[in-house]
Amino acid sequence: MAIDLHRFANPARFLRITSAIFPWAVVTTALLLVAGLYLALFVSPEDYQQGATVRIMFVHVPAAWMAMSVYTMMAISSATGLIWKHPVADLSAKAAAPIGACFTFLALVTGSLWGQPMWGTFWVWDARLTSMLILFFLYLGYMAIWGSFDDQSKAAKAAAILVLIGAINIPIIKFSVDWWNTLHQPASVATMDGPKIHSSILTPLLVMGLAYTSLFLTIFIIRVKAEILERRLRILRLAHVED
Amino acid sequence: MNKFANLVLRDIRLAVRQGSAFTMTLSFFVVAVTLYPLGVGPELNILARIGPGVLWVGALLSCLLTLDRIFQADFEDGSLDQLMLGSLPVELMALAKIIAHWLTSVVPLILITPILAVSLNMPADGIWAMMLALLVGSPVLSLIGAVGAGLTVGMRRGGVLLSLLVLPLYIPVLIFGVAAVEAAIAVLPMGPHILLLAGFSLGALVVCPVAAAAALRLAVE
Repeated sequence: MAIDLHRFANPARFLRITSAIFPWAVVTTALLLVAGLYLALFVSPEDYQQGATVRIMFVHVPAAWMAMSVYTMMAISSATGLIWKHPVADLSAKAAAPIGACFTFLALVTGSLWGQPMWGTFWVWDARLTSMLILFFLYLGYMAIWGSFDDQSKAAKAAAILVLIGAINIPIIKFSVDWWNTLHQPASVATMDGPKIHSSILTPLLVMGLAYTSLFLTIFIIRVKAEILERRLRILRLAHVED
Repeated sequence: MNKFANLVLRDIRLAVRQGSAFTMTLSFFVVAVTLYPLGVGPELNILARIGPGVLWVGALLSCLLTLDRIFQADFEDGSLDQLMLGSLPVELMALAKIIAHWLTSVVPLILITPILAVSLNMPADGIWAMMLALLVGSPVLSLIGAVGAGLTVGMRRGGVLLSLLVLPLYIPVLIFGVAAVEAAIAVLPMGPHILLLAGFSLGALVVCPVAAAAALRLAVE
C-alpha cells in the first residue's frame, strides 16, 4: 500500500497521469451536464404540487452531495498528507477547498431560491440548511488558515489538523435530518429500503450527480496542476534569489 | 502526575495573580447578556423564551475571549518551548493548560449564571438545568478552543482567525445545551441532551489534546 501511495507522490508522475485524464474529464463533464440538464429540465415530470420549481432540485441536491463529499475527500487526503508526508495530498486538499466552498454556496443559494416559492421564505433555520451553512464556515476557516501562514508546509499541517477536527461535523450533518426532523424533507434517496423516488426523477438526479462529480474532477485537475506549478515557481524564484 | 498537577496549579496561579483574566471574562459575560434585554425589549415572557440561548451564546463568546491566552503568553516568553522539551508529553501538557483554562475562565461563568438567569426571568428548574448543562458541556469549549489556540499561536492577528475556526465547531454544544435547558423548563426529560453533551465532552477529551499538541509542535518547530 505504502509503495503504491508513494508512486503517486511524485508530482511529475501525478502531472503526467492527470494530463492524460484531463481531456476525457472535460468531454465527460460536457456530455453529462448536457444530458443531465436535458433530462432534468425537459424530460422529468412536473410535481403535482410544486410544478416546475421542483426542477431546482436537480441543481440543488447534487450540489449538496458534492459539498459533503468534497469535504470528506479533503479530510482523507489531509490525513494521507499528515501520515505519509505525501506532498501531492496536501496540495490536493488545498485545491479542492474553494471548489467545495462553491458547491456549498450553490447548494445554499439554490436551496433558498427553492424555499421561497415552496415554504414562503428564503431561509428557514432548519437542521439541514443550518448544517450546510456551518459547512460553508468550515470551508472558509480552512481557506483562511492556508492564507495566514507564510510557510506552506506548516500551513499544510495546520490546515490538515483543522480539517480532520471539522470532519467530525460531517456525520452530524448527514444524520441531522433524522435528529432534528423539521421542515426539511427526510432522507429519501439512500434509505434502507432502496430509493423512495420514482425513477423518472431519480435518473436525471443521478446523471446530474455524476456530471457534478466529473465537473469537480475537471476543475480539480486544473487547480492541482496550478498548485504544483506554483510551488515549482516559488522554488525556482528562491534559487534565483540565493544565487 | 505530579508534574501535570503542578502545571495546572501554575497556570491557575498565574491567572489568579494577574486577576484581570477572571474579571474581564466575567464582566464581558454580564455586559453581553445585559445587552439582550436592552435590544429585544423588557417583556418578561420574551426574555424567558430566549434566556437559555442568550446565556449559552454569551458563555461561548466569553470563553472565546481568553482562548488565545492559553498558549500565547507562554509562547511569547519562551516557556512553551521549555515545557515541550520537558519530560511531560506534549499532549498532557496541552491537557493541563486546557484544564487550567476551564477552571479559571469557564467555571466562573457557570457560577454567575444563576444570577443572570434570574434577571432573564428563567424558572428555577431551568436554572439548575442550565448550570448542569454548562458544567457537562463547557469542557468542549476549552478543549476545541485549545486546538484553535494551538493553530493560531504565534500569529499576529490570530484572535479573529481563532473565532472563525472555533465557533462553527461549538454549534453542536450550543444546540444540545439549549435543548437541555428548554426541555427542563417544559418539564420534559433532559437526560438525553445531557448525555449527548457528556458524550461530546468525552469525545473532545480524547481527540483535542492530541490535535492541540500536533498544532503546538508545528508552532515551535
